[in-house]
Amino acid sequence: MTVVLFFAFGALALTGALGVVLSRNPVHSALWLVLTLVSVAVLFLIQDAQLLAAVQVIVYAGAIVVLFLFVIMLLGVDRREVLTEHLRFQRPIAVALGALILAEVLLLAGHTWATGAKTASGVPIQGGGDFGNNIQRVARVLFTDFLWPFQLTAVLLVIAVVGSVALAKRSGERPEGPQVDTRDARATTEGESVP
Amino acid sequence: MIAALEITPSYYLILAAALFTIGAVGVLVRRNVIVMFMSVELMLNAVNLTFVAFAKALNDTAGQVLVFFTLVVAAAEVAVGLAIIVAIFRRRRGATADDLRVLEG
Repeated sequence: MTVVLFFAFGALALTGALGVVLSRNPVHSALWLVLTLVSVAVLFLIQDAQLLAAVQVIVYAGAIVVLFLFVIMLLGVDRREVLTEHLRFQRPIAVALGALILAEVLLLAGHTWATGAKTASGVPIQGGGDFGNNIQRVARVLFTDFLWPFQLTAVLLVIAVVGSVALAKRSGERPEGPQVDTRDARATTEGESVP
Repeated sequence: MIAALEITPSYYLILAAALFTIGAVGVLVRRNVIVMFMSVELMLNAVNLTFVAFAKALNDTAGQVLVFFTLVVAAAEVAVGLAIIVAIFRRRRGATADDLRVLEG
């Protein structure tokens, strides 16, 4: 069962990833990204990370992809991009570098010295006393061992919110009001002239 | 035959390596900035998959907790990055990497 699920959803995740990179339309890329994210959520699920699977679907597929689609629709950049390159040999070098990264990471994945030893003092995923279910185990680790990084993420999120508001704010630009005003004025005059 | 095959953590690591590579090539090849951001999300997801695989292999929940911090960083990165893209698009009427060749104000 686990074998079938791994190969099926691993293949789906790779298909979605290739779709993100290869599709010309950014909206299609975002939809392929949803396929990859949900497939990775299933891979989390068969690895006893139930909370992370739910969070993956809710946060990534629910919030982040919607944010991507919102910006695509807001900016109207869903036209096909021009594929001529200004830098010569940029694309072959990029593919060669990608193959190099794949070789390096596969070399690392094949060695066991990168994994280290099993921890003796952590909260185990399964078994090991009355630690409760997956959510309770994650909460126990998050609010004891990782309490200080947890507080720091609050600072990071505040900085991100303030920064994005400051970046997206129109500062010192002329508002695009007149177009809307003329259209409204024309509509009202037409509406008055028709009857 | 299939039942005899066992999924070891190396399978997940190899899958995560493939996902990471596709994301990295996407960042290098594509020129639409939004698609480049999606490729960065792919790379972050590959790292998350690695964390969960090691958490399962080492039987330690700390690996799953680290995925939460990656999620927070990804959310903050997407919020700030998309705000930057909106600001660039307002100024340059385009959102490809070629519009960013000149980094003056």
